[in-house]
Amino acid sequence: MLTAEHVTFGYRAGAPRVVDDVSLTIAAGSMVGILGPNGSGKTTLLKMLSGTLTPSTGQVVFGGRPLAGWPRRDVARRIAMVPQETHAPFDFTVLDIVLMGRFPHLGTFALEGPADLAIAQQALASTGMSAFEGRPFATLSGGEKQRVVIASALAQSPELLLLDEPTASLDLGHQLDVQLLLTKLNRDSGVTMVLSTHDLNLAAALCRDLVLLRAGRVIAQGPTEDVLTPEAVRALYGVDADVARHPIAGHMTVTPLGRVP
Amino acid sequence: MPPIRTRLVLTLTGFGLVLAATILTGPLIGSTHISLGRVFDRTIAFADNADAQIFFIARLPRVLAGALVGAALAAAGVVFQALLRNPLATPDTLGVSSGAALGAMLAITLHINLTMFGISSIPVASFAGSIGALGIVYALASARRRGLSTIVLLLAGVTMTAFFQALILFTQYLADFADTFRTVRWLMGTLDVGSYTPILAALPIVLAAFAMLATLPRSLDLISLGADAAAARGVDVVAAERLALASASLATGAAVSLAGPVGFIGLVVPHLVRLIVGSDHRLVLPASALFGASFLIVCDAVARTVWPSGELPVGIVTALIGGPFFLWLLVRR
Repeated sequence: MLTAEHVTFGYRAGAPRVVDDVSLTIAAGSMVGILGPNGSGKTTLLKMLSGTLTPSTGQVVFGGRPLAGWPRRDVARRIAMVPQETHAPFDFTVLDIVLMGRFPHLGTFALEGPADLAIAQQALASTGMSAFEGRPFATLSGGEKQRVVIASALAQSPELLLLDEPTASLDLGHQLDVQLLLTKLNRDSGVTMVLSTHDLNLAAALCRDLVLLRAGRVIAQGPTEDVLTPEAVRALYGVDADVARHPIAGHMTVTPLGRVP
Repeated sequence: MPPIRTRLVLTLTGFGLVLAATILTGPLIGSTHISLGRVFDRTIAFADNADAQIFFIARLPRVLAGALVGAALAAAGVVFQALLRNPLATPDTLGVSSGAALGAMLAITLHINLTMFGISSIPVASFAGSIGALGIVYALASARRRGLSTIVLLLAGVTMTAFFQALILFTQYLADFADTFRTVRWLMGTLDVGSYTPILAALPIVLAAFAMLATLPRSLDLISLGADAAAARGVDVVAAERLALASASLATGAAVSLAGPVGFIGLVVPHLVRLIVGSDHRLVLPASALFGASFLIVCDAVARTVWPSGELPVGIVTALIGGPFFLWLLVRR
């Protein structure tokens, strides 16, 4: 569905590359996690996959066509992105925010009709936020905001959903809510997902495939069971860890044991 | 909440009716009493109808100038607030109206007395000043990187404003007493345009700016959530920001060149309108333009009548009404 071919990005000419010669393939229906320490280039890579940032070299190909040169609206009808945090300086309601997801499907002067409203309300329902429809977005908690922004991305009716650290700054309960929501969306609605995260256990629980990123380069990628190893955790974070399949949850878990001397 | 279509119709109708009422009643207010019935009495020839003459020749130009300036400044305020993701932004935050003021100061002090198509040199110089200011801010922000960085734009605007203010003071320092008096009066803002000609000169610029802004409200909604969020929803952020910056600055430049720097309209009106229609820019933008027009007409009616020994500059009235009102808005929540 989506491939990145040797993509590289540096914010200024001569500056160190934030993403360096990354190639990866996202299959339709898959759920891929991008793991890496702070500053490893996860967000920059996601932005290039979403087409909002053009690679310095290399290209991103979606459905057989290079993303560069697509009008933004065309891209946004197929690919949606959920940023790490969304801050609204004005008093938008939850429904206002979700309806904005219909932007790429509407002409310049078109207003949302009943069909768009139905899609937005469906998106709110699937994120469990229907009851919050009329609430001011600014008054929601971090977890509620995140779910509203995911609903807004779903209202774009995308084939591919990119999420930048969707559970950062959420408490355990809200983390689990988002995790279950993403699993359900991927399984029931067939939305392909790529998410970046710091949370190794979340990635292990959610993603069938992982991409490990260090200093802008891919150090490993493949099925979660193969890639998530003590050696990989040590290489990524400089941490000795025990990696084992959890007897009840059924997925891999990572327990940090100590700093690599 | 009713669908957007219904809310848009209600908003346009409501604020449109308010504006129609203020435009009709505005010219009735003044030292000489006139009656609306007599003004539109077709049985009296215009040459013999003193009421119609006062209405159409003496007062209506001033009311229409107020409508045009109020609409332009309020709409520009909305756009700058969304563009800079900052509810405190005004049409002057980026230095556009200071640039316009400097242009006018130079024209007055250097006695540039060219009259083009019946337009005096002061508004022409003032408009040129606003375009110059926009050009500088825009170049600075673009040079930084390809897109317009919000924080760079804000800092550049604040710096440009301070710089232009210093040049304005310098110009006044060099000017003789009579010129200084004229420049100080100009800086207070007045709608005393005298005829329809200056309005007709500013009108096409404001209309062109509004036509460009009409394509932008949904993009402004998304841009206010952040450039990345907007791009991810399909907004061509760089193009939209450039169009918004250019059209809001054009509207501001046209307004300031017509009436001088009338303050507070661009700040107070959008906030007041948001209390009524919410934050959707498809409603806020037209409602602010319509209500800004009404607001300035009312402020000017106050300016013309409240002081027993003559007229107050309308800029003083908008600031005296707008300042305390805005403070009340801020502490109300």
